[in-house]
Formats: sequence, C-alpha cells, structure tokens
Amino acid sequence: MAEKKERYQNRIELLQGTLDLLILQTLQWGPQHGYGISVAIRIRSGELLQVDTGSLYPALHRLEKQKWIAAQWKVSENKQRAKYYQLTATGKKQLTRERSKWSQLSDAIAGVLQPEDK
Amino acid sequence: MSFWRRKRRETELEEEVQSHLQMAVQERVERGDTAKDAEHAARREFGNVELVKEVTRDVWGPLDRLMQDLRFGVRMISKSPGFTAVAILTLALGIGANTALFSVVNGVLLNPLPYPEPEQLVTLHESKPNFEAGSISFPNFRDWRKENTTFSMMGISRGYSFNLTGAGEAEQVRAEFVSTDFLPMLGVKPVIGRLFEEGEDEFGGSPIVIISAGFWNRKFGSAQDVLGRGLTLDGRNYIVVGVVPANFNLQVGGFRASELYAPIGQWTNPALHLRTAGLGIHGIGRLKPGVTIQQARSDLVRVTGHLAEAYPDANKGIGATFIPLKEQMVGDVKRLLLVLLAAVGFVLLIACVNVANLLMARSMGRNREFAVRAALGAGRGRIVRQLLTESMLLALGGGGLGLFLAAWGTKAALQHLPSGLPRASEIGMDWKVLLFTAGIALLCGILFGMAPALRISKPNLQDTLKEGGRGSGGRKQRAQGAFVVAEMAMALVLLIAAGLMIRSLNALWSVNPGFDAHNVLTFGVSLASSMRDASPDAIRAALRGIQRKLGSTPGVKAMSLSWAAVPMAGDDEELFWLEGQPKPSSENDMSWAISYVVQEDYLKVMGIPLERGRFFTGQDNERSQHVIVIDDVFARKFFGDRDPLGKRVILSSLGGAAEIVGVVGHVKQWGLDSDDKQSLRAQLYSSYMQAPDEIMHLSSSGTGVLVRFDGNTEATAGTIRKALKEIDSEHVMFSVQTMGEIIADSLAARRVSMLVLCAFAALALGLASMGIYGVISFLVGQRTHEIGIRIALGAKQSDVLRQILGESMKMTVIGIFIGLLAALGLTRLMANLLFGVSATDPLTFAGVGIILTIVALAACFVPARRAMRVDPIVALRYE
Repeated sequence: MAEKKERYQNRIELLQGTLDLLILQTLQWGPQHGYGISVAIRIRSGELLQVDTGSLYPALHRLEKQKWIAAQWKVSENKQRAKYYQLTATGKKQLTRERSKWSQLSDAIAGVLQPEDK
Repeated sequence: MSFWRRKRRETELEEEVQSHLQMAVQERVERGDTAKDAEHAARREFGNVELVKEVTRDVWGPLDRLMQDLRFGVRMISKSPGFTAVAILTLALGIGANTALFSVVNGVLLNPLPYPEPEQLVTLHESKPNFEAGSISFPNFRDWRKENTTFSMMGISRGYSFNLTGAGEAEQVRAEFVSTDFLPMLGVKPVIGRLFEEGEDEFGGSPIVIISAGFWNRKFGSAQDVLGRGLTLDGRNYIVVGVVPANFNLQVGGFRASELYAPIGQWTNPALHLRTAGLGIHGIGRLKPGVTIQQARSDLVRVTGHLAEAYPDANKGIGATFIPLKEQMVGDVKRLLLVLLAAVGFVLLIACVNVANLLMARSMGRNREFAVRAALGAGRGRIVRQLLTESMLLALGGGGLGLFLAAWGTKAALQHLPSGLPRASEIGMDWKVLLFTAGIALLCGILFGMAPALRISKPNLQDTLKEGGRGSGGRKQRAQGAFVVAEMAMALVLLIAAGLMIRSLNALWSVNPGFDAHNVLTFGVSLASSMRDASPDAIRAALRGIQRKLGSTPGVKAMSLSWAAVPMAGDDEELFWLEGQPKPSSENDMSWAISYVVQEDYLKVMGIPLERGRFFTGQDNERSQHVIVIDDVFARKFFGDRDPLGKRVILSSLGGAAEIVGVVGHVKQWGLDSDDKQSLRAQLYSSYMQAPDEIMHLSSSGTGVLVRFDGNTEATAGTIRKALKEIDSEHVMFSVQTMGEIIADSLAARRVSMLVLCAFAALALGLASMGIYGVISFLVGQRTHEIGIRIALGAKQSDVLRQILGESMKMTVIGIFIGLLAALGLTRLMANLLFGVSATDPLTFAGVGIILTIVALAACFVPARRAMRVDPIVALRYE
C-alpha cells in the first residue's frame, strides 16, 4: 500500500471548484471527450495536475446538468465512438466569471504571501 | 425521468468509461507498450470502474442514487442466496407473527364497534348485593327508561328458544325478546318491513315477530310477501313485521344475534311482572351526545334511589351498573391480547438480532470491499446508506412474505381454534394492518441494518487493508456476544411465560369439578305445542313419560330432567331463610343459593357423591312433603358443626318450608378456575316433580335433560332423538352437548392463549438457538488460524472444545441470568391469566433455564467440534 499512499501525497490537490474552471478552459479550444480533457490538463500543467477519473466524470456530468457544457456522441480520429463535451453559451459566460474569480483569488493569495512587494 | 431514459443514461455512462479506457490503452500501445501492459496500466490509472460510475451517478440526483443503491443491493443480496433466504425467512416469521397478532388486536381492540356512534353505547345491569352486574327486572327497566335524562335510548333483551311448528319439521328456534328501542339503538335498518314501535313491547300487545335474513331465506326463500304472514311459535300465531339484515351481528353478555326477535311483553313468564325477578334480562343504553359516563351514572343513582324509596321491599339496595359496550365485549381478552402482543414483540426482536448477527458476520467478510471503496473516495455516509439499502431490501422481502404468512395463518387459526374470541368475525387485513407491517418491516430494517453500519462507521482503512480481511478486534466479538446474551434473555422470558401457562392448564385439568363429566350428555327438550296450555299435572305426566321412555332407551344408563342451574353451563338462584329466623324484610336480605331442580337419578348421572342422609326418590313428588338436598358448602355456611339433616328452610319460590334430607358434594358451578373465588357457592337441590306449577308450565316449552350413557355420543343422541319422536313427533330435542365439551369450552380461552404462547416460545427458542449457533460457528471460523496455531503448539483437542463451549456457556449463562431477572418483573403482568401456579414459580423458572442451557449447548456443540478438528497444517496454509 505504500506506493499508493506516496502517489496520493505527491499530487497537488486541486482547490475546490478549480476543476470546473480547468474543464471549461480546456473546452474553449474545441469539443473534447473525457480522456482528452484529462490528457490536456496533464500536459498543460507540465504533468503536475493528474485529474482523478473519480473527480473528472462527476464534474463533467454536473456541468452538463448545469447546462454549461453539452454532450454529443461522435467518432474520434481513431474511429472510436466517444462522448464529446463542448461549451455552451452560458458555459462561456461562466468561464469568464470563473476566470475573473480565479485571478482575484490568485492576486489575493499572492498579496498575502508577498506583502512587502506592495 | 422515465425508466427508459434512465436505462439509456446508464448504458451511455458505461460506454463513456469504456471509450476512455480504450483510448488510454491505444495511446500507450502507440507509445510502444505491449497490449497487455497497456491494458493493465490504463486500468490502474483509471481506478475502480464501478466506483467512478457510482460517484458519477451521484450527481444525477437523489432518485438515481436510490435506484443505484437498490440495484447494487439486489446484486449483493442475490450473490449469497443462502444468506438471503435465511434472513428473509427469519424476518418473515417474526414479522408474520406480529402482523397476525396485530390483525387480531386491530379487529378486536382497536377498530370501533360496527354501530353508529359506538362510544355512546353502554351495557346496563342492576347492581344487587350478590351481583355487581345482575339481571334487570322489566318493571324497573320501564321506570329507568321513563325517568332518566341522560340516555337517548335504552333497551333490554332476553334470550329464548321458541318451538316452531307448522313450518316443516318441528324445531327449536333461537330468539331474543327485546324492548322497542333495542334494535334501532344499534342502528339496525330492516331489509323490508319495520322494527317494533313504541308501546309494542308492553304486556298485552299483539304477537308480532321480526326475523333474520337467514331465517327469511331458510323458511320463506326470501319472498317479499313474508310480511303479514304467521309463524306458530310455542303454539301461538306471531305475525312477521320485518326482516333484519344479514350483516347485523352482536354477541354481548346473554345477547346473541338470533333468528327471531319478539317484543319482550310477549314473554309468557309470569315473573316478568315482578320487580324482584332475576330473569337474566340485561340491557344496552345509548348516552345522549355529550353526556359523560359520570353524568349518566349520577343520573341513574337518582333514578334508582327514587325507586328504592317507592318500592323498599323490592328495590332496597338495588342500583344500576353500566359498562361501555366495547369494554364489556372485549374486556376479558384485552389483557391476554396485550400479553401475547408483548410476547410476539420479543419474537420479532430475536429475529432482528439474528439477522443483525448474520449481517454483521457478512460485513466482516466485506471489510476489504468497504475499505477499498472508502479509499477510492466513497464517503462513509455513502457506504452506510448502501448497507441500509441492503437491509431494507431484506426487511421488505421478509415483510412481504410475513404478510402472506400472517394472512394465511390468522385465517387458519381462527378456523381451527374456536376460542370464543369476541368480534372474531371482524378480524382481517385492512390498511391499518398493512401500515403496521410496513412500519415494523422498515423499523426492523433500520434496527438490524444499523449494527454493521455502525461497525464500519469507524473503519481504520490502513489496518483493514493491511490485515488482508482477517477479522480483528474483540470489539466486534463483544457486540456479537451481546446479541447472543440478548437473544437468550428474551427467549427465556417467553419460555417462562409459556411454561407458566402450561402449568396453569395442567393444574386446571387436575381440578376436581365435583362431578364426573365423562359420558354425560346434556340437551333440551320442548314438548309439543299442544302442551303449552296443558295443566301442570298433564305436563308432569308427559315429562314422566319421557323419563320412562329415555330410561329404557338402549345406551342410556341413567337420566334426569334438569331445571334452573347446570354446572358450568347456566345458573339460577333460590332465595331462602332458615326456619326459626324472622322473615327478612326484603328479598335482598334473604340468603342465596345456587338452585338445581333435578330428579332421583341425578347423582348417578353426574357422579356426585352423597355425603349424608339420602337423595330424592320417585316418592318425592307433587303429593308429598317438600324436601331439599344441600351441598357441603351450604351445610358448613349455614349450619357450621350442627347436623343439617331434618332442619327446615323456607324457600322464596315455594312460599313454604322444605326439609333437608341429604347433603351432597360441592360442584364447581362457576368453572374450574374461579369457583373458589365466588361469593355465591352454596348449592340447593329440589325435586323436579315438586317444583311449583309455574315452572311446570314453563317446562313445556323447554326443559333440560342430563343423561349418563354408554358408547358413542352421536349414536346415543340419535337414539334419544328417535325415542322422543316416537312419543310425539312435535317433541323437539335441541342444544345437544356433552359435559366434557362444556368443561373444555370453559377453558378454551386459556387453552388457545397457551397454544399461541407456546408457539411463540418455540419460535423464539428456535431462532435463539440458530442465533447462538451462527455466532459460535462464525467465531470459530474467524479463529481457525489461532486455533490451528494452538493445536500446532500442543493444545489438546479437548482443550479447544472446552474453550469454545466455555465461551458459549458464558454468554448463555449471562443471558439466562438477565432473562430470569426480566421474567421476574414481566410475568407479574400475566398473573391473572395463571391458575394454581405463582407468577414466579421456581420450578418453571429453574426448569426452563435448564432446558434453554441444554439447547444452547447443543447448538454450540456442532461448531465447537469443528474447531476441535481443525488441522493445524490446513489452517496455517490457508493464509
């Protein structure tokens, strides 16, 4: 079990709510399936962020339920039938809101961490 | 959302997950991994597929979650059909027994009586010095009815048997004499015709009769033109005025829904005119809306007070008693039913504990599953919810099967146990019973589902995963030990209750009733209608003819006509005072004795011993001096040590003196159980042929006969019936019963409650031994490893056996100890159901304790032997 424990410890925990932001942001570049989203996040984060499938799929289904993303079954480049998610109009608005919330949050945290820079 | 859309979403989720996996595999293969490695890695990276699906479904909504839990639950419980079958069957027995008993309690105690505003109805009686709820005289009733201000209606009734002639073969028809208000008060609406109207119940009214729907069908084929037709009853022509609906049913006190209802004023008994007569007339009253029992009581205190002033001779000390109708009908069985309900509740608790035990054992086997699910992010609440869903499924399965068992069992039991249970016909399944069953099933589900759920609520993931699923920790074993202790304690309480009932019934059967009930036949005979207006001498002659004829009928060893009281079947009283004492000022100041009017062979028929003097002979007839015979209670009570023989007694019914010529043994008139506790026990025998002319007159419409016979009951009854017809084809024989049946009937309620309690106790014993067997087998299974090591280290087989049995015994003994303490407290509640045995009878307590210990030992012996035979090599390699 030791290996498993280590793996859990090395991973950067995603803050509550940030997974939604990452998914919406990833989908801005076009429709993508679950596997594609997880790969994209992993690569863009420089292999630092590994999205757990147990978090990814519930998040996708939740976002779909909130109508921020819509799903469609399509055939991938590898002739593989997959469920593709894409941003909806409200999803795009939500992404803007989430992004500004995020930048406020990161500014705020940066301010707390480096007060002397001010 | 429709079922089909749910289903589609489910397959889509599966497809989505599979496509994820395939893409991950494909990418790895493209990077150069072998197909097998790629597959492996992709799966590992993905994690537990079922779990991911599960948490994803969670966001769909609560209904989907429930569906999912159910689906998973069904899968889990159908994976182990043996476990499921045992659990559901156990619960079905527990829930079924509770449902059955509740349907009885519901029908008898809870449901309102099927009459309009039943809470306003009370039964009415006269309270007298010797009787709290005595017979009401017709003159007093008329005054009560006129003078009270708190009742909207009052009615009285008196059971009777008419001799019906001129309509097919002569027969005896069960009837009720009623006053005008009696039927309307109970909400009876005639099918056709009318009920009695005001004044029609008075003396001198015209003879009219209301018939039951059954009688209407039987005798008139339900013809509409029955109204106005005549019926010859006791030789008089009664005009039919109405038909009572088939669903009218009431049995309370002496009243029974009958085939005929006639106005009480038509009763030809001359004593009906007397204020002092005790003729077995009782009443029912309906309180005005808003009137309380208290107000009505003080109202009747006023009314009876006036009557006592107006008629001091007759009414001094006479009051009115009334009892709510429902209480009068079901009061006797209320406590019994509550005791049984408590007993059956224990059975259910034991069943629940058993299932909790099974689930607990099973959940230990699933430790690894829970730990893995928790590690993968399933919340604790999620797992508890899943466990509860599973136990609910079991409980509902058990409840459904239990309901079925109960419906079938109640019907069968009511058919085969004629218990004299009041309102038995109203027992059945209704929404309240269904609600009750659903309620207890859910409660059970939560109750036994909580046990394993609580256990995993503090899981130590690492330990469980590391340990590889081997059961650990004394805490769980202690919990199971506590279950066994509780089961043993509850089973013991039930067994003691059943044991006490068995001992009571045994004690009752061995009570000497004072007579020999074997081979005694009782029946009634009514003479041909032509004898109704015959002279007393002509009636005596006819009765003597019957005596001679029956006396020479084959199979009849002895016979006696019988008037007034019959042991355990009917009572009548004689009022008297001893010669030499001043005449009491009123009847209520006279002495009372139970009165038997019989013939010379009565002692032979009944096997009653003659203690002193002589019994009657054929010469003690209407032309000779009046003589009486008394019982030993009478002799002791009124004469003490003096010799009663030759003393004289003035009888109120005779208006003259009679000499005591003999003393016979006492007979338990009031039943085997309660005779000793009654205040009225002195018994007085008169000679039938010396009875007053009025009694002769009444005899013609029905007198009792007691016969000691040889051989077959049915055959003897048939021979007697034929012999009577040979004398006169209009003579009717009715109400044939053996004395043994009369005694058995007097014990029926007790016998049924004993049988039911025994059934519950047996069920409890079975379940409890299954429980201890299960727990010990499980513990032995868990400890195979440990036992293997110990045997490998040199422990003897007998040591292992001793250790396992010792542990079982510890649990059993603690359980029995707690059970004994609980029983000491609880059996007091059933003290008044017991007879001849104390509620804390040491013999029962000790005996039952020993039986339970032996059964528990036997149940543990099988797994203990298994432990003894553990092969250390196998046990250790098994790891």
